[in-house]
Amino acid sequence: MYKVVIGLEVHCQLNTNSKNFSSSLNSYNSLVNTNISPTDLGYPGILPVVNKEAVRKSLKTAIALNCEIPKFLSFDRKNYFYPDLPKGYQITQMHNPIGKNGYLMINVDGVDKKVLIHDTHLEEDTANLNHYSNYSLIDYNRAGIPLLETVTEPCLYSVKEAISFLEALRSLFLYCNITEARSDKGQIRCDVNVSLMKDTDTKLGTRVEMKNINTFNNVKDALEYEIKRQTEILDNGGKVVQETRRYDDNLKMNFSMRSKEDAVDYKYFVEPNIPKIKISDELIQNIKDEIPMLQYDLVNKYINTYNISRVDANTIVKDKKIANYYDECIRNGGNPITLANFITGVILSHLNKFNLTIDKINLDVNDLNSLIKMIEEGKISNKQAKEVLTKALEEDKNPIYLVNSMNISQITSKDEILKVVREVLEENPNLVKDYHDGKRVFDYIIGQIMKKTRGRANPKLTADILREELENSTL
Amino acid sequence: MKSNNSILNLRQKLDNKEVSSLDLFTEASNKAHMYQDDYNLFVTIMDEKIEQESNSILAGIPYALKDNISTKGILTTASSNLLKDYVPVYDATVYEKLKNAGAVLVGKTTLDELAMGGTGTTAHTGLVRNPWDKTRQIGGSSSGSAGVVCLDIVPYAIGSDTGDSIRKPAAYAGVVGFKPTYGLISRYGLFAFASSLDHVGVLARSVRDVSLVTDVIKGHDPKDMTSLASDNIIFSDNLDKDISGKKLFYIKEICDYNTSNDEESKAVLDNFFDVVKKVEALGASVCEVSIDKDLLNAIYPTYMSISCAEATSNNANLVGIHFGNRLGKDSIEDIMFETRTQGFSELIKRRFVLGSYILQKENQEKLYLNACRIRRLLVEKLTSLFMEYDGLIMPASGGIAPKFDQKSDKLSDKYLLLENHLALANFGGFPSITIPSGFVNKMPVGVNITSGVKKDLELLNIANKIEEKLGYKDMIVGEDNV
Repeated sequence: MYKVVIGLEVHCQLNTNSKNFSSSLNSYNSLVNTNISPTDLGYPGILPVVNKEAVRKSLKTAIALNCEIPKFLSFDRKNYFYPDLPKGYQITQMHNPIGKNGYLMINVDGVDKKVLIHDTHLEEDTANLNHYSNYSLIDYNRAGIPLLETVTEPCLYSVKEAISFLEALRSLFLYCNITEARSDKGQIRCDVNVSLMKDTDTKLGTRVEMKNINTFNNVKDALEYEIKRQTEILDNGGKVVQETRRYDDNLKMNFSMRSKEDAVDYKYFVEPNIPKIKISDELIQNIKDEIPMLQYDLVNKYINTYNISRVDANTIVKDKKIANYYDECIRNGGNPITLANFITGVILSHLNKFNLTIDKINLDVNDLNSLIKMIEEGKISNKQAKEVLTKALEEDKNPIYLVNSMNISQITSKDEILKVVREVLEENPNLVKDYHDGKRVFDYIIGQIMKKTRGRANPKLTADILREELENSTL
Repeated sequence: MKSNNSILNLRQKLDNKEVSSLDLFTEASNKAHMYQDDYNLFVTIMDEKIEQESNSILAGIPYALKDNISTKGILTTASSNLLKDYVPVYDATVYEKLKNAGAVLVGKTTLDELAMGGTGTTAHTGLVRNPWDKTRQIGGSSSGSAGVVCLDIVPYAIGSDTGDSIRKPAAYAGVVGFKPTYGLISRYGLFAFASSLDHVGVLARSVRDVSLVTDVIKGHDPKDMTSLASDNIIFSDNLDKDISGKKLFYIKEICDYNTSNDEESKAVLDNFFDVVKKVEALGASVCEVSIDKDLLNAIYPTYMSISCAEATSNNANLVGIHFGNRLGKDSIEDIMFETRTQGFSELIKRRFVLGSYILQKENQEKLYLNACRIRRLLVEKLTSLFMEYDGLIMPASGGIAPKFDQKSDKLSDKYLLLENHLALANFGGFPSITIPSGFVNKMPVGVNITSGVKKDLELLNIANKIEEKLGYKDMIVGEDNV
């Protein structure tokens, strides 16, 4: 067995209005080559103008990742020739990233882990190339879209850790509202590095890089494939070659792209057209104040303060909107445990069934709290509450209104129950006799009462009243 | 010979309706065509007058623009084969400002290919010849822009200056060449050569005219993050102040008769020290300052390292994929390779190879970063001197405009110092102006004055007073000058 060492580079398109260095719309979905400007096309004479919003969002991420923030913002050029790079260089941050030496706490199967962040840096996306049999087409809509690249240290020791980290990072992005993080739109893409070492080794093994993997599932498949490939090489006494491999998600295999010797020298140097921009302490503080509590801390808060299970906590925090909803219910006096139960149960299955988000359903937090209160007060059963809620969501009706109109709230009035009990006993005088004869008819009589009240009579109260009535009754 | 076509004269004639802007355009355009075969000053001469309504001082007055400044719908070649058919889709800020001011474009002037080089011999359309002597260079890279001014085709022309590309040809052509503080004029739309050194500037026949034009084209530009706000400064209003008491200096090691001991450079130095006397007669002082010669010898290599490094990156967009003269066809790599191999002249390719080598990982520390450090040392040295002095005054060149077949020893002291010190102003973004100072062997020579960052106002004032004293204002090509 070998120890697996994984490092990740995660590229994420920021959800700014305009591109990183031009005023073109940041919308990759429009008609091809419509959101473009001379700057995006790298025409002679153009100059970059830094997008403030992109810088803010990057800073927000860097701060949320507990990174060291530089005093000044600066950019570098990464030089290489390729048709998807119209200027012949990409503006990025090589020497002075917007955040470095950070970390992100994750929890893998109940065990805490601190994932070390080497750096996070702001750069621009390339154009999109579409290759056909004997020609290629270029869509420059993507060229210049702000891209935040987050690089971990090689500190992830299993596929599971890697995927957990990716999920936590995506959650952070969403909580900070810096991206839509839609992997189907290529908004979040991964480069992965893997190496294997023996338990007794002190030095990292030779690493292999796989670039541009689109979904977390593909990351998982690609890692598993590569770990297997390297294991076989090492088992057979071979040596892993340092190289870049391309993962094909259709074939579920990877192929060698280039070896270390062919590695490109990007000739980085400071971008001269962007003066150094001061990052003030005030700006950092302002941005810090905008960052909400993130997944890891929120889960711990839910577990420790609200006493809900880790499974439920994890489920709730997965979607920031659901977590917000949950928090709001609690702020309005709801019971955290029952709420968690309802949200992860009825509400989530409704959302999943109809592919909705929680802000798209019409369920006032006070109504949900009232419904739960009815259970606590014994007015309705847990089961009934769930049925009502399901119906309310499906028919878009107010659950409290439904409880009243469906006549399902429990009868807790002693007089009312007594009335029904007497009715039943009067209609079945032989049952009273049977009871006094020691026959086991008590539950049968309860059943008759429930039948008459359509199950609404409070069971405990009913039993108490019935027993008293039977004892007091004479033949 | 003197020209009567200063900006203020033309303004007066236009305002008095003695001439129309169409008359001026037609005359300029005719002259441009008339001289084209002899001197090759233009890449494009405009067929039609395009003029916007404006009450600016430049309205209706013709001018020329260096052909590395982006003009929407008008061919802009940078004098390169690779861009021989390139028609930009957007306007440079400087062109837009001139257009809005009602200035009338006569043509786009020839340059050294991609503004690299100082000879006027590398344009895709051929040699640019010096109107004072056809057998000589006019210098570069703003070759055509210097020529059109000294031939009185237009009162002013826009140029660009990365090492001395305005100020050296201005000296060789007997005109005024000014590049202001870095950032004062937006670079948006100027084809980048070396972004940290590139400046847009003006060539004209008087300090007043370069000031008037600079007043129109300067200003902060949201499209250029390195541009500066200067709304409350009007250069042309401050030219006539007395300069007595001003303190200038020259660098001893560069103005040394021993290091440049050919007859021509001696004559240039004679001319220079004659100017120094005249400046002193104006009540200003001129001191001799000594700077470490090793540091000064590093000016040229430092300039080459930084400019070639930036140039190789800046011009990496010229691959023939989405614009430019596409050659090759077998593959993307083939297209890029052939487009660049056949599209650039040898000098350009040599500089790109140099720049690429300098930026390579294993060379960067030694060649590129050390150059950046020397640049900083030089800038710090000059900045501290500018705290004490109002300006640096120097000969603009080590000799007169060279013959086309003239060779220069690039390792000689003369070449390293006297011919290349103008790049100091690009290193620090200092405002710098060359004005004509007389003749050597019947060819014009000039002096250069450079001041501290944002001291443009003071610099132009000093230059104007010296110009008055020297008497070469409004000079155009003609035997009687010499």
